Amino acid sequence: MAVQKLPLAKALNESLRKALETDPKVLIMGLDVGKLGGVFRITEGLQKDFGEDRVVDTPLAESGIVGTAIGLALRGYRPVVEIQFDGFVFPAYDQIVTQLAKIRARSLGTVKMPVVIRIPYGGGIGAVEHHSESPESLFAHVAGLKVVTPANSSDAYWMLQQAIQSDDPVIFFEPKRRYWDKGEVDTEAFPGELHKARVAREGTDLTLVAYGPMVKTCLEVAEAAAEEGKSIEVVDLRSISPLDFDTIQASVEKTRRLVVVHEAPVFFGSGAEIAARITERCFYHLEAPVLRVGGYHAPYPPARLEEEYLPGLDRVLDAVDRSLAY
Amino acid sequence: MTVESTAARKTTRRSSGTKRTASASTSTTKKTSTRAEADAVEPELVQLLTPEGERVQHPDYDIDLSAEELRGLYRDMVLTRRFDAEATSLQRQGELGLWASLLGQEAAQIGSGRALRDDDYVFPTYREHGVAWVRGVDPTNLLGMFRGVNHGGWDPSTNNFHLYTIVLGSQTLHATGYAMGIAKDGADSAVLAYFGDGASSQGDVNESFVFSAVYNAPVVFFCQNNQWAISEPTEKQTRVPLYQRARGFGFPGVRVDGNDVLACLAVTRSALERARRGEGPTLIEAFTYRMAAHTTSDDPTKYRRDEEREAWEAKDPIQRLKAYMENEGHADAAFFEELEAESEALGKQVREVVRAMPVPEHMAIFDHTYADGHALVDEERAEFAAYQASFANGEAE
Repeated sequence: MAVQKLPLAKALNESLRKALETDPKVLIMGLDVGKLGGVFRITEGLQKDFGEDRVVDTPLAESGIVGTAIGLALRGYRPVVEIQFDGFVFPAYDQIVTQLAKIRARSLGTVKMPVVIRIPYGGGIGAVEHHSESPESLFAHVAGLKVVTPANSSDAYWMLQQAIQSDDPVIFFEPKRRYWDKGEVDTEAFPGELHKARVAREGTDLTLVAYGPMVKTCLEVAEAAAEEGKSIEVVDLRSISPLDFDTIQASVEKTRRLVVVHEAPVFFGSGAEIAARITERCFYHLEAPVLRVGGYHAPYPPARLEEEYLPGLDRVLDAVDRSLAY
Repeated sequence: MTVESTAARKTTRRSSGTKRTASASTSTTKKTSTRAEADAVEPELVQLLTPEGERVQHPDYDIDLSAEELRGLYRDMVLTRRFDAEATSLQRQGELGLWASLLGQEAAQIGSGRALRDDDYVFPTYREHGVAWVRGVDPTNLLGMFRGVNHGGWDPSTNNFHLYTIVLGSQTLHATGYAMGIAKDGADSAVLAYFGDGASSQGDVNESFVFSAVYNAPVVFFCQNNQWAISEPTEKQTRVPLYQRARGFGFPGVRVDGNDVLACLAVTRSALERARRGEGPTLIEAFTYRMAAHTTSDDPTKYRRDEEREAWEAKDPIQRLKAYMENEGHADAAFFEELEAESEALGKQVREVVRAMPVPEHMAIFDHTYADGHALVDEERAEFAAYQASFANGEAE
């Protein structure tokens, strides 16, 4: 059956399975991805079915995982690397930024770098330090990388395969607090473009832009606002680099108000980029300054405080009210 | 440890040709004596040709080369040195922004490089001009990044010679991954990864040792210990001889006289064959010396003494092979004369090509960043093109 209802995590698993079946050059690599199936079980059962040569348990060394994936890509493979948690990517950051992102340009386009780096990111699961961060801006800032994040099961299934098919390195952020949310996946429907934003809910009074874990939050905000008679449009970015400003612009030209929501710290975050560009593009359409809701300029807090730190229904609604008050 | 004592130890080693002993060190610090004790059990370098050009035997490594092959190695070293000297001159004349000289390391690079098969793959750092030469890379291609017209600029798959890597040690992981791919493909080629004594401190080098050992990858790590990481001596990188580290990772390490082209060839050939047989990685430490500065931006007089350099000059890789060939009658005067003429022609050609290297078109800033396109790059390219065009329009008016 083409349409199934799957948790986001299972959709990713099915996506990886499909990629392994389709292309013998696809490899899964990372810590615990084999027998355990990954700490979030995203790779569950894949080593059993595809063998240790295709689903590779690696030594505990993130730079080594990404660095050897680069070498495998040079040899013609398409490695899909799992970094166990957001905060653990930094030992590999040098390889990603100084090597992976630049090899194509340095070779004058003669070398492809089809490496996907999967990173479960974001908070809300009550984890310890380094397990809840949202470092997407640090990657979006680097030319040569692409950065995407699905918000639902269908996108999880399709976007991951599209990322694997890309000849560019893709940082694939997975909203870990949404792993267990179920959604419909049509495994035969023609997928939309990987880097195109999606209007997740139509509205006329204000646009909320979000991605990854915050899309669900923003849909809940729109639902609550509707009860107060406010019509909120929600745009799911899906891709952070490249970023689909056209879709945001079209929405803002309609609603004239914009609030950007993400878990990452607001300061120098993706919301700053969106606010700046949309101000440039839509200066005469805007009825209010672009507002941002996100994390604070503080280390991600201990789990008992994370609900205060993360943008929730009330904080986003407050920003909606402030925008509408202009 | 003082610089004097370092030089003294090396001089002792050279003159005696025997194991290093504690008495060779003049320093009495605890740190030094610990290292001297470690050195006392260190086996000799693998050497097949003495600094005086005498052929010696080694129980594990032997090599039997024809006169023509010897002349070939000699030619490689002479032309590589000539190329390097030309590049240094070009930098001094402002034609290159920077140059990293290989002077003194010709034997390590030509010897190891000539051990390779065409289907092997090389991952260099940024000083492997001699290895590029034996791989058939046009030497002038190496100069683009130093002139500032590109960041590499060649297709690595043409000669199986990867782009120069400036971040220390990063390429050892690429080499390991590539070797893992060879093993997956069931091929019998091998990978040769270069790095230096400074890079041996990097995490990536150590991670590449872990990965290559765990996956039994067909990779040979070739560390050119040229004694200095800019101004930091090897003593600032390690408390044990570098080749001994391999044992802790579970594969063999060997120290070779890096100024002996025959020994470098024999040892690398043996390690590559081992890798091809599926027996995994080897670490080779080529014990050599960087005769010039780290790069042309560096001033070695600030951190090392003339005596040290002079001691190593006596071990020159080219002179030693020349002495051997002359003694054995492997080359006549005509060979050396023709090679001299060839060297001069190479220098001239390099000079001409470098001076003629065009500055890339402005729009090249945006080229090749992404394979699949990127909306932001497209937008910025268009903005930049319009901006550039505005000048052209102004001039036309």
